[in-house]
Amino acid sequence: MFEDLRALYQDAIMQRSRSPKHGTRLAVFDAEARGDNPMCGDRVHVFLRHAGDVVAELGFEARGCAISIASADLMAEAVAGQSHARITEIIAAVNEAVRSGELPDPELAALKPLAAVHEAKSRLKCATLPWGALQSALAAQRSVQP
Amino acid sequence: MNMLTQPGFDVARIRQDFPILGEKIRGKDLVFLDSAASAQKPRVVIDAMLHAMEHQYANVHRGLHWMSERTTEAYEAVRDALATLLNAPDRSHIVITHSSTEAMNLVAHSYGRGILKPGQAVVISEMEHHANLVPWQMLRDAHGIELRIAPITDDGELDMAAYEALLADRRVGLVSITHMSNVLGTYTPAERIIALAHEYGAKAMLDGSQSVVHRAVDVQALDVDFFALTGHKLYGPTGIGALYAKRELLDAMPPFMGGGDMIRSVSFERTTWNDAPYKFEAGTPAILEGIGLKAAIDYVQSIGFPAIAAHERALTEHALARLSAIDGVSVMGRAQDRGGVVSFTLEGAHAHDVATLLDRQGIAVRAGLHCAEPLMRRMGVDSASRASFAAYTTLGEIDALADSLIRIREFFR
Repeated sequence: MFEDLRALYQDAIMQRSRSPKHGTRLAVFDAEARGDNPMCGDRVHVFLRHAGDVVAELGFEARGCAISIASADLMAEAVAGQSHARITEIIAAVNEAVRSGELPDPELAALKPLAAVHEAKSRLKCATLPWGALQSALAAQRSVQP
Repeated sequence: MNMLTQPGFDVARIRQDFPILGEKIRGKDLVFLDSAASAQKPRVVIDAMLHAMEHQYANVHRGLHWMSERTTEAYEAVRDALATLLNAPDRSHIVITHSSTEAMNLVAHSYGRGILKPGQAVVISEMEHHANLVPWQMLRDAHGIELRIAPITDDGELDMAAYEALLADRRVGLVSITHMSNVLGTYTPAERIIALAHEYGAKAMLDGSQSVVHRAVDVQALDVDFFALTGHKLYGPTGIGALYAKRELLDAMPPFMGGGDMIRSVSFERTTWNDAPYKFEAGTPAILEGIGLKAAIDYVQSIGFPAIAAHERALTEHALARLSAIDGVSVMGRAQDRGGVVSFTLEGAHAHDVATLLDRQGIAVRAGLHCAEPLMRRMGVDSASRASFAAYTTLGEIDALADSLIRIREFFR
């Protein structure tokens, strides 16, 4: 039963959605942004702490489905230690992966489970919600920089 | 498949009227339990719209030629059908809109800004669709109207004592409450709501988007001042709805939008308005959709509301019994009087994930906030799945939902 959904709801997604490793507000942060899917009620609040030019740490608070929570948790690990320029590339790669099912960048193999969302078009916005919030947080942080 | 909910109601024959119900979803029979979002269309509606496009179409109300005259006649027939459907005194009480959302915005704009005075109040309830909430917030902010929210009980029924208390200072100019909740299925006690509003000097509107689909509505017996409905939930096309209003209110209200059809004479200095209901209908109307909605109303009336209501009551009781018996499933609301809408949560699984798994079984439900975010918060729920029923829904489809939920519960364990 539901064999065709095992790719979407693979262990990586299920475990992270049940007990996300980064699902907390950071004690110290220097950028933040919220994301909302008003039609479905999913909500995410992303917190970033920078160290120099790179994002040292990402934490989040979220209410939502398995896919949006797992996506936020995978995101936290993918962006830690990365520059804004690299994160922008990663966001683009994720947006492409959820649409096409392909994630060619070998360095992003950990995000591969998200590519399975391309099989369920109505769930794309669940997977991309935290990444949109991250993009907003980066933009907000840039705008307050001198 | 168990088909019979009442003697003489042949749901198998009704299903044959809806071509889409024969479709397969990923190789499985379509189990469409999302009719409260938008109902499927019977063949007669499809044919009426096709026939108009192939044989009898032109713009209405302005052509002097054969095609325009015939199209005007076919289109205007929906106004008569709506007047009969609602038992309005006559067709001039029916304003044709593009949706129930537009109908309520029309009242908020035209009655709200034109008749209500700053300092007066509007009462809505905690279980409104956003379409019966946001227009009043816009009115509040633009026109100095106070917005009061009548609470509901934990069972999902309107708290009538609290409602009456909101009216007590007689500053309420208008009450606008759902006739049937799109989330909880609750039928509100419309007669009492309206009678109390009148007692305290307020007008009353019902959001009939859901109710008009399931039961006969008599606007004169209700003595309701405004009643909003939409066509696409009533087995008709999208893009068409209606507002019933008492004639003296329509006469007193200023127009909503400006354009063609709503005018009597126009110069660069001034314009005079057409009479109601045309005063509120600017621009070329949804002609084909009107023709389609007329066919849908005829179709529903050929089945009859007593039969539809009894069928849907049996479906709802069956759904409540089956879903409540599943460990981990919580049904939202326990209203005494409820229609064919059942929202529920499944412990350990988010509503979207439930909906995705149901979809793999060919079962279509709605999941999320149901355009009623404050209500969901009031009920303490982040997101819920909703199964909703129509004349073509079968007991077997509800069994398919329940059986599938049991498997989904195992999947998420």
